[in-house]
Amino acid sequence: MQISWHNNSFLHLDYPLLFGLLLLFAIGLLTLYSAGGQNLDLIFRQILRFLVGFGILLLLAQIRTQKIVSFVPWVYMFGILLLLLVLIMGESTNGSQRWINLGLFRFQPSEIMKLAVPLMVAWYLTSKPLPPTSWRLLVALTIIFIPVFLVIKQPDLGTSLLIAASGMFVLLLAGLSWRTIFGFISLTVLSTPILWHYVLHEYQRERIRILLNPERDPAGAGYHIIQSKIAIGSGGFSGKGWLNGTQSHLQFLPERSTDFIFAVYSEELGLLGVLVLLAIYFFVLSRGMYIALKAQDSFARLLAGSLTLTVFVYIFVNMGMVSGLLPVVGLPLPLISYGGTSLVTLMAGFGLIMAIHTHRRLLSD
Amino acid sequence: MPTFILKDSARENKIFYSRVVIAWLLMLLGLLIIVARLIFLQVTEYEHFDTLSEKNRIKILPLPPARGLIYDRNGVLLADNRVSYSLEIIPERVEELDFTLAELGKIITIEEDDIERFKKQLHKFHSSKGVPLRHRLTEEEMARLSVQKHHFPEMNITGNLSRHYPLGATGVHAIGYVGRINEQELKTIDKSEYLGSNYIGKVGIEKYYEKELHGTTGFQHAETNVRGRIVRILERSPPVPGKNLYLNIDITLQKYAESLIAKERAAVVAIEPSSGGVLALVSTPSYDPNLFVNGIDFKTYNGLRDSPDRPLINRAIRGQYPPGSTVKAFVGLAGLEYGVRSSHSRTWCRGWFSLKGQKHRYRDWKKTGHGSVNFSQSLEQSCDVYFYSLAHDLGVDRLHKFMNRFSFGKRTGIDITGEVSGLMPSREWKRRVLGKLWYPGETIIVGIGQGFMLATPLQLAVATATLSNRGQFKQPRVVFAMDDAKFNEMNVVPPSIKETVTLKADYYWNVAIAGMKAVVHGRRGTARKVAIGSKYRFAGKTGTAQVIKIKQSESYNARRLAKKFHDHALFIAFAPLKNPRIAIAVIVENGGGGSKTAAPIAKKILDYYLLQGSVSETK
Repeated sequence: MQISWHNNSFLHLDYPLLFGLLLLFAIGLLTLYSAGGQNLDLIFRQILRFLVGFGILLLLAQIRTQKIVSFVPWVYMFGILLLLLVLIMGESTNGSQRWINLGLFRFQPSEIMKLAVPLMVAWYLTSKPLPPTSWRLLVALTIIFIPVFLVIKQPDLGTSLLIAASGMFVLLLAGLSWRTIFGFISLTVLSTPILWHYVLHEYQRERIRILLNPERDPAGAGYHIIQSKIAIGSGGFSGKGWLNGTQSHLQFLPERSTDFIFAVYSEELGLLGVLVLLAIYFFVLSRGMYIALKAQDSFARLLAGSLTLTVFVYIFVNMGMVSGLLPVVGLPLPLISYGGTSLVTLMAGFGLIMAIHTHRRLLSD
Repeated sequence: MPTFILKDSARENKIFYSRVVIAWLLMLLGLLIIVARLIFLQVTEYEHFDTLSEKNRIKILPLPPARGLIYDRNGVLLADNRVSYSLEIIPERVEELDFTLAELGKIITIEEDDIERFKKQLHKFHSSKGVPLRHRLTEEEMARLSVQKHHFPEMNITGNLSRHYPLGATGVHAIGYVGRINEQELKTIDKSEYLGSNYIGKVGIEKYYEKELHGTTGFQHAETNVRGRIVRILERSPPVPGKNLYLNIDITLQKYAESLIAKERAAVVAIEPSSGGVLALVSTPSYDPNLFVNGIDFKTYNGLRDSPDRPLINRAIRGQYPPGSTVKAFVGLAGLEYGVRSSHSRTWCRGWFSLKGQKHRYRDWKKTGHGSVNFSQSLEQSCDVYFYSLAHDLGVDRLHKFMNRFSFGKRTGIDITGEVSGLMPSREWKRRVLGKLWYPGETIIVGIGQGFMLATPLQLAVATATLSNRGQFKQPRVVFAMDDAKFNEMNVVPPSIKETVTLKADYYWNVAIAGMKAVVHGRRGTARKVAIGSKYRFAGKTGTAQVIKIKQSESYNARRLAKKFHDHALFIAFAPLKNPRIAIAVIVENGGGGSKTAAPIAKKILDYYLLQGSVSETK
């Protein structure tokens, strides 16, 4: 048996995935150009962020996955420490404490956990044969819910949801029995009233109430959903045309460059444009799952699979909330929305996925 | 960590593959849910959301028309629109309202009333729209505000077309005024027509011709952003300005008449008999209509409302007075028409009249009596007994029917709102309204325009014009013509003949007119003094209407009575005798005798109109 490395001799990049990402980012820039009122400054800043993210992707993609394994617990512990710091001395914006000011730039530690949690869970579970025992499952759940709890406390429901999801996806892929999965789901459903009354903040409860009936506050909190639905719906089948969205250009649509950019896209490019965008996303997600499938050890496949699924959650939750299916939780649309931190985290995640694929050993006879 | 050793068991592989497939399917399902949702929003509900989007985008903004101007018959401007500047406050920019108001109050005068009105309106507007605080800023105030403008981001100064009456109080009872639209009016008007308008006619010509003066509101469809700022205009239908009105009123005559009775509570109506055109319509005391345009302050309004002289009442069309002896010519004509008297029939006047078998004496104004008088003579001397006896012979119902034809007891139909009908009593009327039977004695005093009978100065002028026209009744018209700024042409409002009073014999008119001529030109005429040295011949009739009943045993003594119980002085006249150009009615409340007070006023007005040549016959 001969062992050789994957034939990406110079740069370890997965070109199909990179192609998908660049395509999405290009679409994002065009939409942002329209949504931001043709402000080139905004475009340059977004490109700059992308370049930072791409640099990290490039860096991570060059490292063999097995090498980072030993750092995983430390990264996780470091992340927990930062979250605690945030709660104690973080800066607050919009009534929640999420930031640590490092002097040069502000930094959101919960972003680290989006990667650290799936890494940690995957690391922990794969240290013993799969599927995990009940005891190990409990430990894994603890690993997930300590940071989730800390992020909820900030409070940042959207991010904590993503962290929880990214950890749970590892469990799902690791072969958690269906009984346990459904048991967990029913437990969640049953505990909804408790969550509603004791865990959720009033503003979060209000978001859910407004989702169910946006008309209860059409000028206030319901305004986002109402205007966003109008933008999407009025786009129709073929859209109003690029740069011609009235809902966005006349500023009826709030947060049109960031969380609600999908509404701008749908208004201007219509259902046809949406189908194209979803097709590209589906291609990227499928590529991620394919990489997971082809990964050669449990840690790598769990990591690739759960990171891909997390990207899916981003897409689904964002589009769901913009189109009025889900409550407004404040998640950006991957690679399209304007905004720094999550873009960098996403690129880092894709860097890890690429590393998994490009550092495979080719088995040949 | 067993990094390089493949520890995957077959079972683990199998589970993992199945999980990946399931996860992949879940993602596909999720994306399909999004697709389904988008199809629902963008295809199924497209129409709904497209409408909402258009509603967001396009605002329909009214373009208020310029209100028509009002001119007198010689083209003198009576009502125009001027740019007036108002100070507005934009609520959403205010940090501390009371502080802002106090600070602004240091720069310009802001009355309590202004603040009260401002606070009332505050909640009716969107907080991004300016709410008016002060109207009619003077130039000095404007200058002071602009210096301080950067201290008050919440302040906004707007220029609006504001109605203005350059002559102030002159002619106000005819012209009327406009004011801000109130809630009652909002219920009756077409709101879309008044979207951009601030004013609506409240009284007078301004109200009667509201539709013509207002014009038609135009609209523009504007694309606006979320803050209501106009991005571009998509469509525009321009407003049609209101029509300009030309009045029959000769404002110099009006002004002159006003000056004669400025200190009295009085009214004058002058009509051109050939057309029904109202040459002057005066009611004193008067008031300045400009006060009402942008909202009068409470103190001034209460002062006007509570004044014992009642300046807000338009006496010319709403004042109802016992017409007194001024009705005698018409009552006399009724006698001829019904054949109750002939033109030669004589009545013996011994100073009083009484019904058979009754003690009550209906006294003549002249204790000694006028002796034997016919119709003309009894007009000249204003013999009461002749008309007592005539009225008794006619009966009230015939009197009612005949007088009605001269517009006594019904509205003349003048083009000013608020006209009242006066009262020409009948047996049916008394039964219906008072629920009582008619007594013959009540007919007797109606014969000299007393008792139940009431008439407005306008009715007296119209009746006089009809008489001077030998029965041709021309509906009184204040507006002579209106022009259309759009077509640049003038449409004359044609005089309308409502009803012609035809008598059995045309010479009856001559008899009545001869009697009225004798009133001023006759040797024993009650108003002969005013005609001394007159450069033209005219006809008139004096009237003195009792305000309080004088007991049988008493005599009227003005000096012993308070002014408000003094008799009303009346005079009607027309001139010249042939082809009369003016018919006039004058009433001075508590003015004493008609011949002494009212007749000289009327004569001066006739002189002014006929001799000074202030009126150009044709326009």
